[in-house]
Amino acid sequence: MYPPLPNPSVQPSAMQFGQEDLVRRSASSVPPPSRQQTEVAKLIDVSKCIGCKACQVACLEWNDMREEVGVNHGVYENPMDLTPSMFTLMRYTEWENAETGNLEWLIRKDGCMHCADPGCLKACPAPGAIVQYSNGIVDFVHENCIGCGYCVKGCPFNIPRISKVDFKAYKCTLCSDRVAVGQGPACAKSCPTQAIVFGPKEDMKKHAAERIEDLKSRGYANAGLYDPPGVGGTHVMYVLHHADKPEIYANLPKDPKISPVVELWKGLTKYAGLTAIASFIGIGFLHHVVSGANRVSDEDEKNAKRLTETQQGGR
Amino acid sequence: MARPYDVGPKDQVHPGNPVTVDRYTAGARINHWITAISLVLLALSGLSLFHPSLFFLSGLFGGGEATRAIHPWIGVVLFFSFLGLFFRFWRANLWKGEDGTWMARLSDVLRKREENLPEVGKYNAGQKLVFWLMSILIIILIASGLVIWDQYFSQYTTLGQKRAAVLIHSLAAIVIICVWIVHVYAAIWVRGTIRAMTKGSVTGGWAWRHHRKWLKELVTGKRDDQGSGARPAE
Amino acid sequence: MTNSWTDIKNTDLVIIMGGNAAEAHPCGFKWVTEAKANRGAKLIVVDPRFTRSASVADFYAPIRQGTDIAFLLGVINYCIQNDKVHWDYVKAFTNATYLVKDGFAYKDGLFTGYDESKREYDKSTWDYQIGEDGFVMVDDTLTNPRCVWNLLKEHVSVYTPEMVERICGTPKDKYLKVAEMVAETASPTKTMTSMYALGWTQHSKGSQNIRSMAMLQLILGNIGMRGGGMNALRGHSNIQGLTDIGLMSNLVPGYLTIPNQKEVDFATYMSTRGFKPLRPDQMSYWQNYKKFFVSFMKSMWGDAATPDNDFAYDWLPKLDVPTYDVLRAFELMHQGKMNGYICQGFNPLLSFPNRTKCTEALSNLKFLISMDPLETETARFWENHGQYNDVDSSKIQTEVIQLPSTCFAEDEGSLTNSGRWLQWHWAGGAPPGDARSDTWIMAQIWKRLKALYEKEGGPLPDPILKLRWPYANPDEPKADEIAREVNGYAVETVYDATDPTKVLVEKGKQVVSFAQLRDDGTTSCGCWIYSGCFNENGNNMARRDNSDPDDAGFYSKWSWSWPVNRRILYNRASADLNGQPWDPDRKVIAWDGAKWSGYDVPDIAPGAKPDVVGPFIMNPEGTARLFTRGMMKDGPFPAHYEPFESPIANPVAPNIRGNPASRVFQDDMAQFGDAEKFPYAATSYRLTEHFHFWTKHVQPNAVMQPEFFVEISEQLAAEKGIKSGGWVKVMSNRGEVKAKAVVTKRIKPLQCDGKTVHVVGVPLHWGFTGVAKKGFGPNSLTPFVGDANIETPEYKAFLVDIAPIAEPVS
Repeated sequence: MYPPLPNPSVQPSAMQFGQEDLVRRSASSVPPPSRQQTEVAKLIDVSKCIGCKACQVACLEWNDMREEVGVNHGVYENPMDLTPSMFTLMRYTEWENAETGNLEWLIRKDGCMHCADPGCLKACPAPGAIVQYSNGIVDFVHENCIGCGYCVKGCPFNIPRISKVDFKAYKCTLCSDRVAVGQGPACAKSCPTQAIVFGPKEDMKKHAAERIEDLKSRGYANAGLYDPPGVGGTHVMYVLHHADKPEIYANLPKDPKISPVVELWKGLTKYAGLTAIASFIGIGFLHHVVSGANRVSDEDEKNAKRLTETQQGGR
Repeated sequence: MARPYDVGPKDQVHPGNPVTVDRYTAGARINHWITAISLVLLALSGLSLFHPSLFFLSGLFGGGEATRAIHPWIGVVLFFSFLGLFFRFWRANLWKGEDGTWMARLSDVLRKREENLPEVGKYNAGQKLVFWLMSILIIILIASGLVIWDQYFSQYTTLGQKRAAVLIHSLAAIVIICVWIVHVYAAIWVRGTIRAMTKGSVTGGWAWRHHRKWLKELVTGKRDDQGSGARPAE
Repeated sequence: MTNSWTDIKNTDLVIIMGGNAAEAHPCGFKWVTEAKANRGAKLIVVDPRFTRSASVADFYAPIRQGTDIAFLLGVINYCIQNDKVHWDYVKAFTNATYLVKDGFAYKDGLFTGYDESKREYDKSTWDYQIGEDGFVMVDDTLTNPRCVWNLLKEHVSVYTPEMVERICGTPKDKYLKVAEMVAETASPTKTMTSMYALGWTQHSKGSQNIRSMAMLQLILGNIGMRGGGMNALRGHSNIQGLTDIGLMSNLVPGYLTIPNQKEVDFATYMSTRGFKPLRPDQMSYWQNYKKFFVSFMKSMWGDAATPDNDFAYDWLPKLDVPTYDVLRAFELMHQGKMNGYICQGFNPLLSFPNRTKCTEALSNLKFLISMDPLETETARFWENHGQYNDVDSSKIQTEVIQLPSTCFAEDEGSLTNSGRWLQWHWAGGAPPGDARSDTWIMAQIWKRLKALYEKEGGPLPDPILKLRWPYANPDEPKADEIAREVNGYAVETVYDATDPTKVLVEKGKQVVSFAQLRDDGTTSCGCWIYSGCFNENGNNMARRDNSDPDDAGFYSKWSWSWPVNRRILYNRASADLNGQPWDPDRKVIAWDGAKWSGYDVPDIAPGAKPDVVGPFIMNPEGTARLFTRGMMKDGPFPAHYEPFESPIANPVAPNIRGNPASRVFQDDMAQFGDAEKFPYAATSYRLTEHFHFWTKHVQPNAVMQPEFFVEISEQLAAEKGIKSGGWVKVMSNRGEVKAKAVVTKRIKPLQCDGKTVHVVGVPLHWGFTGVAKKGFGPNSLTPFVGDANIETPEYKAFLVDIAPIAEPVS
């Protein structure tokens, strides 16, 4: 058993990380943090997950969110997708393993991956609406959020959702408010089988390695850790029985990266665009200085007058 | 007698000193300025969301949220306003034979060597280019803008389409801003131009110097573009 | 459970069959994941559906519902054929060597002594041969054809792999793989744990399902072992407590029985409860029955229960039928013979089979009292909710009284979990509105009844008038007061039986455990198996020390477990005839030459010599029973019987419908459907998102699983033109439900006896009250028949038809 985090003290405790631990802040620059927090991670062991949705309920309860009671759509997912109030969602895939001939019911807890290189933060135009702490948590700061939805486009995992009520972006916070006082995320706390564990990322990797070894001993030759390098690694990682085929787990991207389109938009375009605009202004200015105004001469006026009079005379 | 395509029904040449020439009706001017203000507001609000260093511009609109909310609506205003301009001006902006020549001699334009340029109608090739670029870019902007107007339309497109749309929208916005700079600069550089959009008229000398064919048409009331008609002297 | 939840981590192999632990017991299921991590344990799931448990299993095998006995007897046959038997264990600790009476036989699906008209057996031949010494005759060589082992061997021989495949629909290779994995645990150093639940109990032969596995576990030597045992996963946080405390129509607390009407006096009652040992030197612990019974009577009536009045024996009700189980109660209401019903924490309108009959039965009542924290469907059975409860309120005259009660989080007390742990809990909040505790409500009813008897008199007023009521506030007894009463105390000073000068318990003090109880009226004890829960050491149930020496999984200082804080029942069987653990790495207790000791409280007298006294001390034999004598109504061995509604005839006994010893009321017999009209095999189950009918009142749970649905295979969906997410109608011979369809690969058609059998899954969490979408329950469809022994309704196997429909207008 991965030792669970102890219950919190009833005494108020000091915040373990905060504004001074920011390493990135959307649409703004921050001074390097004075200290480096231990990188944390949530490890989701898909092979242990029984899809009970306790994490979903814990998430709703802790964040004091309420979803509407929906309907059955012929599947076990409910709600059918992440929503502004449902930060995490069990996604179920019935997969027939052609090699063994066995059915496998793959159940993946979807939600924010807390990328080391967060596409949402990169895309965000509102200063301070998305922040990244040195412990790896990527958090949305709602008072700064303007609801533009750029984070949705920036995210390689299609996670943030914009509220139809306050038009702000919502996603898993990795329970930054709980982590700040030494607790793990609510979902991990509620997970009955320890399919979700939380701790220092290095420890999580070690724990994952043990789990992968166990899975390999049970015939899952391609068991592995999902910590995709394309986004610099994530602070939510999966143990997958078929790490060679992450896409079978409800389209978990095989090699997620911030979309090249987004990179172009938030990279070259951003700089080239302003350069182009500035250049046009500059060229105009220069042209004016060099060539001077294009003025109508008296001669032109006379010619016009002459033309006018000629014609009127001719009539 | 048929009126030349680029001459308005009420446009007249008023004798005087200087001669004045009607160029834009009050309706056209109002239409233009609505479009112009919309475009400026769109540029300012759009730029505030485009680059962090310009986010302060969102303050002009009451903050980031308000900017995000209002920008697409201004876009809608611009679209319909420009639609009005389009229907007013599209005929006069059709490409003519002399426009190629004018374009080929752009260096003469920039060097103010008007004597080397062909006589042009109500719009020269540069103005026509601005017109058509604006038209195309506004269509691109409104279309891509709707795709990323999440508040109402997020469910109709995929994430990939939205990503493409946001890139296209920003690229088109940059281009339209550049076109706009050209447009504004030209209006400033070519003195006597701005009064066309303020007073609605230009001086005869301005028309003689820059749109001599148009002036002649106005004065003669004769159209020249139906195929076999005499070409104006260069 | 013979073992505990935490002990599951000690196992090598988990078999989930007749249950779906991951789905219905997700918190307890963590110990399966622990076993996998701890010992590299494997998990096998055998179920008609590929369940959530199957999703994390090492091996899954499909099975047709209601055929578990064939499967398990097949595995026993496999073990016998392949010599995968823990011989030392079987010979010493079971009745394998005992000789059975010559008259006993099994033929054509019936045991000796069947009376078809009564649907009952004369069980007189179902017993041992008793020698002249008064003890059972045995054959240690296992050569006598009448010894239990040879009878068993013959009995299971019909369940060949081919027969198992034919009956169960489990492909032979998959079945053999399971058999092979299970058989490996015949090794003394390997154990298997059986986790089962309502998937085994809710059948017309539910008890025999469980016996089959218990027999297999004995043959493999897995009972009493760490990581072994028979582990019933109870479906409710305190349902173990309910049975322990005797809330059954034929029981008083601690599994003592209510007298029947033939037991006219105490002496007669006790005459069949002597439990004389059947083998030499055995403990036969039930010899203490009278101590427990008399102490119980003292707790009920205190000073009014005296030796002179047989400790108030006459004040106990006497049964005129074997049980007044729920099915009989509703049958009697339906006949108009029972006309009042107090429904305490229960929702029969959705819980009992054949809902139409339930509604009719409730409509016949003069009054219905519902004591519940929630607005149950039962309390609203008279209210029209369109198609979801289509009744004509004007025709129902039943007076319904709703008494809102506290829920578990709003009061103090203990909950007994599946592992027999009594865990004390404290109130987490105040009850809302007018809700009052159940003890307050019961106290008020008693007070008013008492006042009426005092005023008006009436026949036999004593049981009410003289009820012992020693609570500080008579209007609302407190949980700790009741717990102390349940634990028991010395009415008079109790002396050592062997040394009368030695005081064991001073008058008025709590007894340490049931070992101090007496049959002369000097002790009082509300529930003997709970004795020790709240003694002079304090409230042991409230202990919260989670230390676990050597990570052995006992957690003996956490709460308190019955009996006497023992965590593994029959733990003497974990050691060999020398008293040394079969598996040295998994010691439970060991014999040091003079006494037993170890991690757990020994389930044997501390000085009982290992080669003399058998581990199964509750049996007069001292051994466990592969052959269960006359204890079961439907046979001393399990035998495969089809469900009453089955898609195929019984391949081993084609002329027998259902379990021949199950009670079937006349009207209900006519309501069974057949496979021609209702071709699909349906089963009911819970979903992990919900707890029974409670959580549809809870908003987040309702979000997680909002709407009633049924599950079918892709093949059946294609055959019937049903779309996933579309509407269907499911019909049985008793009613119909409308539901969304979930079309899934997790249900596959089975091939049984040459026929394709389609399975229809019907989950049970919806009704017409609460915040979830209104829906139906499986009980609108299920037959009104129960297990032959304990009358648990047959919810897990019935026949239906299914058809796509347009979306109903609500």
